[in-house]
Amino acid sequence: MMSYFALPDITPRVLKVWMRNRDVFMTTLKVNFLPPLVEPILYLFALGFGLGNYINEIEGVPYTKFIAPALISVSMMFAGFYECTFGSYVRMYYQKTFDAIIVTPLNIDEVIAGELLWGATRGVINASIILPILSIFGLAVYPHSLLVIPFAFLAGLMFSCIAMCFTAITPNINSLTYPSILLITPMFLFSGTFFPLSLLPETVQYIALAILPLAHIVIVVRSLMSGIIEASLLLNIAWMLGATLLVFLLSINLMKKRLIV
Amino acid sequence: MAVDDVSFEVNKGELFGFLGPNGAGKTTAMRIIQCVSPPGGGSLKVFNMDVTRDQRKIKNLMGVVPQENNLDIDFSVYKNLYVYSRYFDIPKKKAEQKIEELLDFVQLNEKKDTMTDLLSGGMKRRLILARALVNKPQLLILDEPTVGLDPQSRHVMWDKLRSLKKQGVTIVMTTHYLEEAAQLCDRLVIMDYGNILVEGSPSSIIKEHIGTDIVEAENTPEVIACLEGSNARYEQAGNMVQIYTNDPHGITEHLFSECSLDKITARAATLEDVFLKLTGRKLRE
Repeated sequence: MMSYFALPDITPRVLKVWMRNRDVFMTTLKVNFLPPLVEPILYLFALGFGLGNYINEIEGVPYTKFIAPALISVSMMFAGFYECTFGSYVRMYYQKTFDAIIVTPLNIDEVIAGELLWGATRGVINASIILPILSIFGLAVYPHSLLVIPFAFLAGLMFSCIAMCFTAITPNINSLTYPSILLITPMFLFSGTFFPLSLLPETVQYIALAILPLAHIVIVVRSLMSGIIEASLLLNIAWMLGATLLVFLLSINLMKKRLIV
Repeated sequence: MAVDDVSFEVNKGELFGFLGPNGAGKTTAMRIIQCVSPPGGGSLKVFNMDVTRDQRKIKNLMGVVPQENNLDIDFSVYKNLYVYSRYFDIPKKKAEQKIEELLDFVQLNEKKDTMTDLLSGGMKRRLILARALVNKPQLLILDEPTVGLDPQSRHVMWDKLRSLKKQGVTIVMTTHYLEEAAQLCDRLVIMDYGNILVEGSPSSIIKEHIGTDIVEAENTPEVIACLEGSNARYEQAGNMVQIYTNDPHGITEHLFSECSLDKITARAATLEDVFLKLTGRKLRE
């Protein structure tokens, strides 16, 4: 059991892997900006300004203001999750990028950690693109909302690590569809994103908070963007830090088991 | 596939070959040398350092040409080398200088800005060779470096390896091309089922296991009967009989006169003959 949470052997060389991924990202910059730019605008129009017309207020705020933080949160989740599932799998299996790197002074722990750091960075990039757009529509209170950007790193890292666990155990690339559809999609809809968790029976609310990482992200981002910051946020952040640490260790150890034969 | 009982020593400046059928354990042996797979038991020292302990130090002094092309398809030829030299902490200025030098060495200077998936098979292999040299390795490991290449590209690769050897680089390679091994290797081992069957220079291995020449005749009961009476060393290979000898004239004359044969050919023995003799002719899948 302990071998699944063994401490990795990591040096600052991790950044070399991060830089490699950044360099690839820069070569296809335009297309990389498209999803985080367009998707939230579409949701904002369809749900916020469309459906939102029929909704007076949720928890004391207009519907657009209610879903705006959710759109950023979801984008952080998608960034980390897809980077470290399909993205990492392609690099690991099809491009053999990991094989090329581990015969240099870097080891597999550092390769995976570099991938995770990059996934977290994608979360930050997405948040940095969406926040200004939402601000144009007056959906963010400043300066509190600026904290969303560094927070996106933690959120992105958490989902990168969760993703990497699946990448480590998936038999093939198609099977990554299972966590995507059975975990990420429900989380996208039921984490207090488009309707408040308080609609659910109380026990279900507790279960949701216990097992849905996105629910914590949404609570934190919603509170930052509305400018009302309460001490209870520390609990959400503590939950995230704990969960991230566990899946960080687990993902690296699972990957080691997969790749070092 | 595992390695079972493998013990070998490679001398500094030597070009050392690992031969063997598919599944013999060559690639596993390479992965252990590269500090990528831990040895299941026993120990291996590279540059007098333990592969289970001093991995970073060893890998810093080593270059690897893998069996499968694993270039970064998102990068140009130049960028592939640049990104790779970053993994070795080579300062930018030094790296740029070294890359120019290497692009000349592998004759890819004109393809500098080409994306790697547009390169021919031979160019890809040469780029991977250049990539393995960015850190000026003292030891170069090549796992089937010329697989799938046309004769021209293969000969260019051989030239490069010879010139690296002249520069003092120790080279360890695996190959399925026995002519390649005979041409390049100072010493080699033939492996099968995780064990080393023979070790030595190509010529000494051939001499020891076959002799200087091979005389081939049709595989008929008469020929076999005749050979049985002549204490010749021979082996049946499909519809041919191969006779191992140091005296091709003597044995040919004997076959002509005693066995009334007409279809006989004599040729020099090769590493391939030893290989097939030691590992058999059965297919490995």
